[in-house]
Amino acid sequence: MPTTATFRIWRGNAQGGKFEDYATPVSEGMVVLDAVHQIQADQANDLAVRWNCKAGKCGSCSAEVNGQPRLMCMTRLNQLNLDEPVTVEPMRAFPSIKDLVTDVSWNFRVKKGIRPFKPRPPDAPDGTWRMQQADVERVQEFRKCIECFLCQDVCHVLRDHKQFDGFVGPRFLTYAAALEMHPLDEERRARELKTTHGIGYCNITKCCTKVCPESITITDNAIIPLKERVVDELYDPTVKLLRFFRRK
Amino acid sequence: MSTAPVVLHRRFGHTARRDAWWIQPLLVFFALSTFVVYATWAAFQGEHYTYGPYLSPFYSPEIFGGSPHSWFGARPALWPGFLTYSPALLILPIPALFRVTCYYCRGAYYKSFWADPPACTVGEPRHSYWGENSFPLVLQNVHRYLLFLSVFVLLILAFDAYAGFWFHDPDGGAPRFGIGVGSLVLTANVVLLAGYLFGCHSMRHVAGGCVDQLSRSPLGSRTYACVSCLNRRHMVWAWSSLFMVGFADLYVRLCSMGVWTDFRIL
Repeated sequence: MPTTATFRIWRGNAQGGKFEDYATPVSEGMVVLDAVHQIQADQANDLAVRWNCKAGKCGSCSAEVNGQPRLMCMTRLNQLNLDEPVTVEPMRAFPSIKDLVTDVSWNFRVKKGIRPFKPRPPDAPDGTWRMQQADVERVQEFRKCIECFLCQDVCHVLRDHKQFDGFVGPRFLTYAAALEMHPLDEERRARELKTTHGIGYCNITKCCTKVCPESITITDNAIIPLKERVVDELYDPTVKLLRFFRRK
Repeated sequence: MSTAPVVLHRRFGHTARRDAWWIQPLLVFFALSTFVVYATWAAFQGEHYTYGPYLSPFYSPEIFGGSPHSWFGARPALWPGFLTYSPALLILPIPALFRVTCYYCRGAYYKSFWADPPACTVGEPRHSYWGENSFPLVLQNVHRYLLFLSVFVLLILAFDAYAGFWFHDPDGGAPRFGIGVGSLVLTANVVLLAGYLFGCHSMRHVAGGCVDQLSRSPLGSRTYACVSCLNRRHMVWAWSSLFMVGFADLYVRLCSMGVWTDFRIL
């Protein structure tokens, strides 16, 4: 491992910006966030970077390292080729605020648009419910999400096609899946998933799954099962027929 | 500190990635193209699709045809003379459309053939985008029906594989059990296709993904677990079964043409 590495960091704001190179000492065990902090302390005191836990659990330090959406605190320098400059830039899907900090508030507005958890009437007179571990296991995977929004950043529907008005993105399809598949939940979201949440825009690139720092199998376990439920509700004539006779 | 030029416009292929991101879509492009070209050519041949007890999976079930495997005899008289006839043309659209609408394959060919996107965080050639929201890609939702039809075809292929172990003596008499390399090829084809079909995302939905309380049906719960287990390697099943079905046709074809010899193990 070399003793010094060059980091090509994006400096700018919503109006524009440029990459600037910073050479800084590096050592075993360092992560990209350590190097960025070192540069901030020694060479660029005004460098803006959002961070908090340094343990891959708060989802604050999301950025693009050598073009790959990653958490800076979980990207070890020994995983990177330090013989050439390491590019560090903000998430490109979201508006820039300053340097490595982006405005991710769109995500929080989108989350409010998803129908909340609506449990069935309590199972017991004391107002509590009973459910089996086997039934909640499937949705527990989705609860690992730390809302780093790397999946939103890598999704080409948002990143390249800017479909922010018609598509909620993989993070919120996972959120909807966690609610929709919950054994206590009674709400029906399939129609909205197609119309306002735009699940049909997802063309299954699996990029969201690849970048998830919590290893959530977003596409296979959340989005595709939801697509199948939308087919049940809106496209499949046999399911409609079965439901019709079941109601009779 | 020094400054470097910046590219703000994301043109086709633009990315800050340093890895060889183009290798995977290129491999998928060549592999799928090769298969499509070979399968189309083989489907139109209409000959050399049987050898002894073996029947090429591209031609099974042989609904109308000239071989002893045919269900209803030769080509129907009503078939227009100016149209090329091959038994494969009646059956091959089912597995072909199943693969076209398969969730894994969709993701793969959108990237490799349509560059939508070419790879993660790589610039695209087009600005417009409809996804699977509107015609024609909304038709991908027919996938589950093609799954059911394909399972039916798989059952027939399983029977063909079984029949591939029963050889007729040249001097007549009842067929006798034997194992040829072709018997193993047809059996491997069925096993890999079964892994692909039974691990399909639509199968997973039917097997239990459509309900929220799996624990109410212990059998359904186990079925869902089995399908999910296969589904985790869906890509591997998809590619291995694609290769094997093409190879099985090639094997039968070359044996029938006398190019390859079918070695008898037993």
